[in-house]
Amino acid sequence: MKDFAYLTAHDVPTAVRAITTPGAKFLGGGTNLVDLMRQNIERPDTVIDITQLPLDQIEELPDGGLRIGAMVRNSRLAAHRLIRTRYPVLAQAILAGASGQLRNMATVGGNVLQRTRCPYFADLAARCNKREQGSGCDAIGGFNRNAAIFGASEHCVATHPSDMCVALAALDAIIELESVRGTRRLPLVGFHMLPGDSPQHETAIAPDELITAIELPDLPAAARSRYRKVRDRSSYAFALVSVAAATEVRNGVITEARLALGGVAARPWRAHEAERVLLGAPATEDSFLRAAEAELTAAVPLSQNGFKIELAKRAITATLRQLHVEGSAA
Amino acid sequence: MTYVGKPVDRVDGTLKATGAARYAAEFPYPDLAYAALVHATVARGRITRIDAGLARKTPGVVAVITHLNAPAMKPPPKPTPMDLSTMATSSSVSLLNTDEVHWNGQPVAVVVAETLDAAREAAHLVEVEYTELPATVDFAAEEANARPQKNTLLSSANTQKGDAEAALAAAPFSVDLRYTTPGVNHNAIEPHSTTAYWDGDQLVLHDATQNTTWARDQLAIRFDVPKKNVRVISPFVGGAFGGKSLVWPGTVLTALAAKVTGRPVRLMLTRESVYRTVGGRTPSIQRVAIGAEAGGSMTALIHSSVSRVGKVGGWTEQITTVSRHMYDAAALQVRQSLVRLDALPNTIMRAPGESIGSFALESSVDELAYQLGLDPIELRARNEPARNPVDGKAFSHRLLLDCFEQGAKEFGWAERAPQPRATRDGRWLVGMGVAAAYHPAWQFQANLTLRLSADGTVLVRCGFHEMGMGTATAISQITADTLGVPLDAVTIEYGDSDLPGAGTAGASAQTATVTASLLDACEKLTDGVFALARKTPGSPLRGHRRQDVTARDGGLYRDSRGESYGEILRRAGRESIDAQVGSETRLGELTGQVRFMSKFLMDRRRWMKAACGAQFCEVRVDAETGEVRVSRWLGVFDVGRVINTKTAASQLRGGIIMGIGMALAEETLVDPRTGRIVNASLSEYHVPVHADIPTIEVRCLDDPDPTMPLGVVGLGEVSVTGVAAAVANAVHHATGRRIRDLPITLDKLL
Ligand SMILES: Cc1cc2nc3c(=O)[nH]c(=O)nc-3n(C[C@H](O)[C@H](O)[C@H](O)COP(=O)(O)OP(=O)(O)OC[C@H]3O[C@@H](n4cnc5c(N)ncnc54)[C@H](O)[C@@H]3O)c2cc1C
Repeated sequence: MKDFAYLTAHDVPTAVRAITTPGAKFLGGGTNLVDLMRQNIERPDTVIDITQLPLDQIEELPDGGLRIGAMVRNSRLAAHRLIRTRYPVLAQAILAGASGQLRNMATVGGNVLQRTRCPYFADLAARCNKREQGSGCDAIGGFNRNAAIFGASEHCVATHPSDMCVALAALDAIIELESVRGTRRLPLVGFHMLPGDSPQHETAIAPDELITAIELPDLPAAARSRYRKVRDRSSYAFALVSVAAATEVRNGVITEARLALGGVAARPWRAHEAERVLLGAPATEDSFLRAAEAELTAAVPLSQNGFKIELAKRAITATLRQLHVEGSAA
Repeated sequence: MTYVGKPVDRVDGTLKATGAARYAAEFPYPDLAYAALVHATVARGRITRIDAGLARKTPGVVAVITHLNAPAMKPPPKPTPMDLSTMATSSSVSLLNTDEVHWNGQPVAVVVAETLDAAREAAHLVEVEYTELPATVDFAAEEANARPQKNTLLSSANTQKGDAEAALAAAPFSVDLRYTTPGVNHNAIEPHSTTAYWDGDQLVLHDATQNTTWARDQLAIRFDVPKKNVRVISPFVGGAFGGKSLVWPGTVLTALAAKVTGRPVRLMLTRESVYRTVGGRTPSIQRVAIGAEAGGSMTALIHSSVSRVGKVGGWTEQITTVSRHMYDAAALQVRQSLVRLDALPNTIMRAPGESIGSFALESSVDELAYQLGLDPIELRARNEPARNPVDGKAFSHRLLLDCFEQGAKEFGWAERAPQPRATRDGRWLVGMGVAAAYHPAWQFQANLTLRLSADGTVLVRCGFHEMGMGTATAISQITADTLGVPLDAVTIEYGDSDLPGAGTAGASAQTATVTASLLDACEKLTDGVFALARKTPGSPLRGHRRQDVTARDGGLYRDSRGESYGEILRRAGRESIDAQVGSETRLGELTGQVRFMSKFLMDRRRWMKAACGAQFCEVRVDAETGEVRVSRWLGVFDVGRVINTKTAASQLRGGIIMGIGMALAEETLVDPRTGRIVNASLSEYHVPVHADIPTIEVRCLDDPDPTMPLGVVGLGEVSVTGVAAAVANAVHHATGRRIRDLPITLDKLL
C-alpha cells in the first residue's frame, strides 16, 4: 500500500475542507476502502478519518420521517427499534449483508459508496473501464455470472453490491451531501449511475462532497416490508438477486407497492414496471407473477448470468407472496 | 490401554489457544526483512523488460531481485519415485533464473524491504513487459487433445478386466454418464509462509510444510549445499491439505532473498499469491458407465477421466482408483488421460483422485439404483466384492456394509419416501442421499529415537508433521500406553528436518507410519531396560524372562515384582537409555528406503487395505430459487483402530465440510482467455461458512485392521470422499434433478 497522510476530522467543516486537497479520500469503517488500498485499486495520498464526526444519530423528523447520520454503523442501524418496526426491510437488508464484524465497522455513508465486486475490477492485470477508462471490459467475454442484467453497457456490466441500498431505494430515501459549496439533497433512486460510456462515474456525488445523512420519508406502508436475498451460500456472500418489497393491501387490492432489486444492475434497481402492474391489482399469485414478468422484460443477459432473469422473477414472486402471507416476519 | 481410544485433549491445545505456538511467519529475528512477490500477468511468454527503478526508490526497499540480477541456482530436480528427495519439485521452472514465463501468476521478481508494507508497495511498482507466446490454458477446450496417462510405481492409471464395453452394450440395464468437477484450491487458514536466514553456507528455514525432509533436500539441491547444511523447522502448520507437501516458489525465493540480502527474510504470501503460486486440485471430466442385470448385479463398470497437469509439472491424480475397489463388476475398465496446459502445476489435495472420482462413481451408482428400482444401499450390498475386484487380492479389512447398515439405522434411511420430490417442508424440498467413502491405507517409513530418563520421562524424537490433525497427541498417547507411563511424562519433538526423518505427512499415512516405528522403538527400549535390570545385582527382575515382564505403571513388572524405570536406571548408574529405529547416515537412509520399498511392494501384492465409510446427507432445496442447504449429516467410518476419538472426529468432520464445499460452492475460476485465476480471494472463492454446515455426526466402527500397526488405518482423507455424491444424490431425491457438474449452484437447479 502506498504511504498516505492520515488525519481525523472532528467536525463537518474540517472534513469538507480537507477533502478539497487533491488525492484525498474519506475513511468510514474502512471495510471497503482499505481492502481496495491493499489491492492498489485505490491509492489516496491523504485519508481523512470521518468516523469521529458528530453524525452518528438516528433522529425522528417532525414530518414523521427518520434521519440517519452517515456515521451510524450498519449493526446499530439494523438493531434500532424504529428501523425494525417502521422499516423492517432496511433492518433485514443490512443483516443479510457481509458479516457481524464487518457490519460493526461499516458506516451508512461507506455502504452507499462501496465499489463493485466484479472480479476484473479487483485484478489490476485485467481490463476494466471502471478502473481505467478506455482499457476495455474483461467481464463481458469472461466470468460474468454475477454481472448486471439491467442497464449495462458495452463498456461495463458491473453491479452495485450493497444490500442496504436496495432497501433504501424501495423506501425512497434521500441522501444529504455537504461540501464547502453547500448542502444538496438527492434521491437515492438515481444516485448510483448506469455505466453508459463512462462507467468510472459511479454516483452523483462530487469529489468534494461528504455524505452527512440519509433520510427516510414517513411511509406507513413500509411497516409491512421484507427483504429476500438469494446467494451462493447461506451467509457472507453478495446477492445474486435480492428483493426489497413493501406493499399495502386494502380489501384484497394492492394500494401501494414498492419494489427494488439488488444484484442486477449498477444501481439498486427500483422496479417501476412491476410496481405499475401491482398497483390496483388484486394481491394474488397471478398479479405477483405478472409484475415480475413485466419488470424482467427489459433484462438483457450476458453469457453466464441469464439465470438471473428467471431467478429474479421467482424471487420477486416469492417475496411478494411471503409478504402477503407472513408480513414482515423474517 | 489408558490413553489410546480416549478423547484426550490435544497436547498442543493450550499453546495454540493462547497464541504461544509459533508458525513459520512468526519467528522473530533481529534485522528481519520482508519479502513480496511480483506475479506475471501473461500465461506464456518472455520478459522483455523489467523496470525496478520506482520500486528501488521506495523508502525502505532493500533489494529487488529479478532474473537480471538473481544469482544462479541449480535447476529443480526432475521428480522420480526412485529418489524421494526429488519428489518435492513443484515445477521445472528455474524461477528468477530465466526470462521465460510458464503460467499466469508465475513470480517474476521478489522485493525485499524493511517493512511488509514497503515490500508490497514496491512490488506493485515493478514494471514488467512481455512478449506473449501462444498458450494453451482452457482445460475444457483441450479435452479432445487428452493423452493417455502412464502407469507409475505408485499409481496405475489404466486397468482392464474382461471386455467392459461389450458387457455394457449387452447389459439389460445401464447408465453411461458424464461428470465434471472444477479446479479447487486448499485455502488453508495459514497462507504459505517462510522465514529464512543464511549463516555462511548454512540455511535455516522456518517453513509451512508437510515435509521438512523433502523441503530440506530440495533446497540443498537448489542452492548446491550439502543436505546437512539445511535445516527446515516446521513444528506448527496452520492447515495444509496437501498444499504444503511440495516446495512452492515462495520457499525457494525466500531462501534466495535471504542469500542476496544477507539478512533473515520473511515471506508470508497474500491469499492472492497463494492462488497464483501454489497449485490446487485438477479439474476433471469423467465418464462412468455401469451395466447391470435386473437384480442389480453389475456386469460392467467403466470409469475414465481427463484431468490436467501443467506443462512444467503437476500431480497426476488417481481419479479412477475408487472404481477398482468398490464393486464386484464382472468386467471392468478404468482409463485416465491428461491434458497439458500452460498453467501453474496442480498438486496433491485431500484425497487426490478419490474425492472427485467418488463423486462420479457414487452418483452413477445412485442413478443405476433408481433405474433398477432398488434402494441404493441394497444395490451396493448386492455388489459388495469378497475380494478386490481388479486383481482378486484379499481385503485386509473391510466393513463397508456395516457402515451402511449402522448409518441407515441411525439416520432413519428406511423412513424416507424413496421417490424423488416427494417430501416437502414449507418452501423446502427435502431429500436424502447416501454414498460410499473410500481411501486406500498407506504406510511409509519413519525414523525415530526414544530416550527414557531416570526421572521417568520419555522423549520421542521424530520428524513428523502437525498441520492440525493431532498427530503429536496420538503419538504421545501411544507412547504413554506402550511404555506404561503417564501422558505428561512424554515429550515429543517433531517438525524439524534435524530430527530423524519421517517423510511426508500425506496420504493419511502418518499415524500408521510413525506408530510402526514407535512400537519397534518401544520394544527395543524395554528390551534394553530389561537387559540393564537383569545385569544389575539387587534388581527384583533378575532371573526373570523378558516375555514374562510387562511395561506398566512407569516401570517393568512381573505380577507384583519389578521396579520403576527410574530405579532400574539409577541402580545401573545410568541417566538415560535410548532406542532408535532407522538411521540418518547415507547408508542407513538407503537401506531404509530399500527395506521400505520391498515391504511396501510385498504388502501391496498381498493385501488391499483401505479406510471406507458411508455418508448420509439430508438437504433442503428451496423449491423456487434452488438454494441448497445441507440440513443433516452422518458419516459412519471403518478406519481401523481410533487412537483419539476427539481428534479423529474433528478430522472426519473437517473432511466432510471440505466435501460439502466441493459439492456446493468451491470453484477456482480460470479465465479461458488468459489462464489467470479470476477469484483469487476468499471473498470471491466460496468455502462453506458456519451457516452452511449443520451438526455433523460421525461414528467409527473402531475395529483394528490386523495388518496395520496397532490396527490403525489413516482417516485424514476418507471423510472427504463420497461427500459430493451424497449431496448430489440428496439433491436429486429432493428435486428430481441430477446435477453432474460441480459445484451444485442454484442456477443449475432453476
Ligand atoms: C468480505 C466482505 C463481504 C461483504 N459482503 C457484503 C454483503 O453481502 N452485502 C453488502 O451490502 N455489503 C457487503 N460488504 C461490503 C460492506 O457493506 C462495505 O464494505 C461497507 O458497507 C462499507 O462501509 P465503510 O464505512 O467500511 O466504508 P469505507 O470502506 O470506509 O468507504 C467506502 C467508500 O466510501 C467513501 N466514504 C465513506 N464514508 C463516506 C461519507 N460519509 N461521505 C463520502 N464518502 C464516504 C470512502 O471514501 C470510500 O470510497 C462486504 C464487504 C466485505 C469485505
